[in-house]
Amino acid sequence: MIKLTIDGKEIEVARGTMLLDACRQAGADIPTLCYDPDLRLAGSCRMCVVDVKGRPALVASCVAPAENGMVVQTESDDVVESRKIILELLAARHKFECPTCEKDGECKLQDYMYRYGVKESRYDGEGPHFGMEDPNPFIERDYDKCIMCTRCVRACDGITGAQAINVKDRGHHAKIAAPFDGKLADSTCVFCGQCIMVCPVGALSSKVAAGQGKPAQNKKVLTTCTYCGTGCTLELNVNNDRVVGVTSNRDENWSPVNKGALCVKGRFGWDFIHSPDRLTTPMIRENGGLRPASWDEALDFAAGKIKEIKEKYGPDSLAMFSSARVTNEENYLAQKLMRAVIGTNNVDHCARL
Amino acid sequence: MTNAIGELEKDATAIFLIGTNTTENHPVIGYKIRKNVRENGAKLIVADPREIELAKMADVYMQFRPGTDVALLNGMMNVIINEGLLDKEFVETRTEAYEAFAQVVEKYTPEYVSPITGVAAEDIRKAARIYAEAERASICYAMGLTQHSTGTDNVKSCCNLALLTGNLGKPGTGVNPLRGQNNVQGACDMGALPVVFTAYQGVGIEANREKFEKAWGVKLSGQNGLTLTAAINKAHHGELKALLVLGENPMVSDPDLDHVEDALDNLEFLMVQDIFLTETAQRADVVFPGVTFAEKEGTFTNTERRVQRVRKAISNRGDARQDYEILCELSTRLGYPMSYSSPEEIFEEIRTLTPSYAGITYQRLEGKGLHWPCPTEDHPGTPILHKEKFNRGLGLFHAIEFREAAELPDAEYPLILSTGRSLFHYHTGTMTRRAVALDLHQPENEIQVNPATAAKLGIIDGEMARVVTRRGNIELKARLTDIVKENVIFTFFHFSEAAANVLTNASVLDPVAGIPEYKVSAARLEKIS
Repeated sequence: MIKLTIDGKEIEVARGTMLLDACRQAGADIPTLCYDPDLRLAGSCRMCVVDVKGRPALVASCVAPAENGMVVQTESDDVVESRKIILELLAARHKFECPTCEKDGECKLQDYMYRYGVKESRYDGEGPHFGMEDPNPFIERDYDKCIMCTRCVRACDGITGAQAINVKDRGHHAKIAAPFDGKLADSTCVFCGQCIMVCPVGALSSKVAAGQGKPAQNKKVLTTCTYCGTGCTLELNVNNDRVVGVTSNRDENWSPVNKGALCVKGRFGWDFIHSPDRLTTPMIRENGGLRPASWDEALDFAAGKIKEIKEKYGPDSLAMFSSARVTNEENYLAQKLMRAVIGTNNVDHCARL
Repeated sequence: MTNAIGELEKDATAIFLIGTNTTENHPVIGYKIRKNVRENGAKLIVADPREIELAKMADVYMQFRPGTDVALLNGMMNVIINEGLLDKEFVETRTEAYEAFAQVVEKYTPEYVSPITGVAAEDIRKAARIYAEAERASICYAMGLTQHSTGTDNVKSCCNLALLTGNLGKPGTGVNPLRGQNNVQGACDMGALPVVFTAYQGVGIEANREKFEKAWGVKLSGQNGLTLTAAINKAHHGELKALLVLGENPMVSDPDLDHVEDALDNLEFLMVQDIFLTETAQRADVVFPGVTFAEKEGTFTNTERRVQRVRKAISNRGDARQDYEILCELSTRLGYPMSYSSPEEIFEEIRTLTPSYAGITYQRLEGKGLHWPCPTEDHPGTPILHKEKFNRGLGLFHAIEFREAAELPDAEYPLILSTGRSLFHYHTGTMTRRAVALDLHQPENEIQVNPATAAKLGIIDGEMARVVTRRGNIELKARLTDIVKENVIFTFFHFSEAAANVLTNASVLDPVAGIPEYKVSAARLEKIS
């Protein structure tokens, strides 16, 4: 263990702890943009700088190991001034479309500009502009909002392993791009949307969820994905009794299997919930077609038929296909219905298919 | 799975994938495997008839002929025994019937197996050595291994391999089926199977029946029921008269769809409870509108036996009802009143009858869920099975000879057709075909064909082609790709308008599991002139 002093508070941390973590353990609120605890460190945005006594320059705390005897200030005048300049530099490049931005209210750039009172940028001027057309139906890429933190690049590599995107060009013209600045669909991108998950601003967003509700308006309901058997945890974003998007929770204690990572189906395949094709009323076959019926009529009809067939041919003339898609509770009732009520073990589901 | 998913990312030092296209069908598990290989240097062995994405980063890739799994696995085990790479202590202390097994494996030398499987003998040796020499090796498989007339033999062979090398009961090891549906594990656990009550308690055992008879207050049948595939056949013969379908779509998912259609038309009564008017629901006599996962409370059990909560986000759509309420209403009208105030109340009943779930409560599931078996409320759950001993005591080796698939290519049908899933769709497409972005990205089916095979037939990339088997034919776009060998073609089964299961075989099933042989059908590809 080593000892250091952070904002006048002495703390003890394990050797090898990064200064950022030590500061957070000491209760300091350090702003970060490029830092992500699950990704390879970049140390590029410099938002996390702190003042270490005796050091000639401010230290990027996410990439600096804590050292024994360090005396650290996390919000000194120099630190604040430095962060303001960084925000001004980022603001000079960022396209402010906050009123219509999908990230409004959950944007780190917005939060930090508010926190440090950065209202305008001294560096404003004609900057580069990037087109945003990418014909894929999943991911909106608006690089005029990109702050080049490279979290998307590192998530694509470190979480998904797709390695579909990287930084293209340098300086003012730097942008995140698929190979040869081509389409995502022509790259190794698998449209998992982990890039959207880690983007701290509105440069990356879901086309499927666009325009249906801002983060602050949505209630998030943690649940288990309805597709394959991996059992990923996801958050259904709900606005006005409608599912308007899917996000994910990166805390292992709440998302134990996937830690926030999803696939294309989990992240973008939820809108069937509100398909106009959804069945909303019982139906009974009549004259070769199906016609709407009341619940009582349909249930009585079904129960009558089941009884009639059971009496005529015996319980083993009936069978049920239960479902690998419904819950445990429903499967339990389905087999109970067949076994206890109808009197047959003819119950199965599509485990074989 | 005998082991937990997270172990594939951290603990396994070698991973053997057979019959699983993990990055497409279980993408998040695929990410973890790739990460372990890239960042920790875990060794990767891939056996698959298609050169799937993970094959490209494998230490050994074995592109074997579909249906020759047993030969390939016996070949690997032959090497392990002959080169003394087996875990002698594990075999002696934890297993039985080794001798008979070893005797069968003796003739499966790599040189003997190579012409059967189409895999170079040296690759079989290399794969065997990597797997056996690893400190902790995990086997993962999916339907590529099981959907064969020898599916049960294929799975048992994987178990043999793990037993032989002691790769069970420790982190990063195990025999790990990656299950394809959100709650297929739970549906099995809950006894939605024709031979068992919940937690695999056999219906043929009197004590089990007595337990459930007491709980449910009725006399129960001890006669094994019909599997899904058998039920369709019985309906076809007119012996099954009524079918109740809850969230299933046999008109797309089952083998030989003409046969399924005839069978359903033969029924006196077909009831369907679903969220959409599926191809099956369109033929129903009565249709009940249920709800999606977003509209319900409950639990799903994933492939690693982790029971997790499903939480209601929105209210029922239109006049649709909760699926459990529909079942209760029906039961009540059939003279057996059923009424539960919530799914949690049903779960409480499940616990009392299901030893492996007895210690699980909704409250305990908050957060990380629990792996069954979890017999008591203070039990932490069981991420790893078979630690000290197997359920039956000793691990049983099975002596298994290789058998060919039921339908082999011939002059008339010279190709092997395999079916499977795409990353962008799910099962019969009921949901994903109605998810706008997914369907926009992949709106139609394709047949994957090796360019050399296509060239012989004069078929170019993107051209509509006809696939013909003894059951029927479909027309779909040809996609020329060298991920399949010249004698293999592959298609997806998600698309009802070009339904792969028109082509598949319903007449031959695995004798134990009743699983259809979706991975091997003799087929012919035709140019549409």
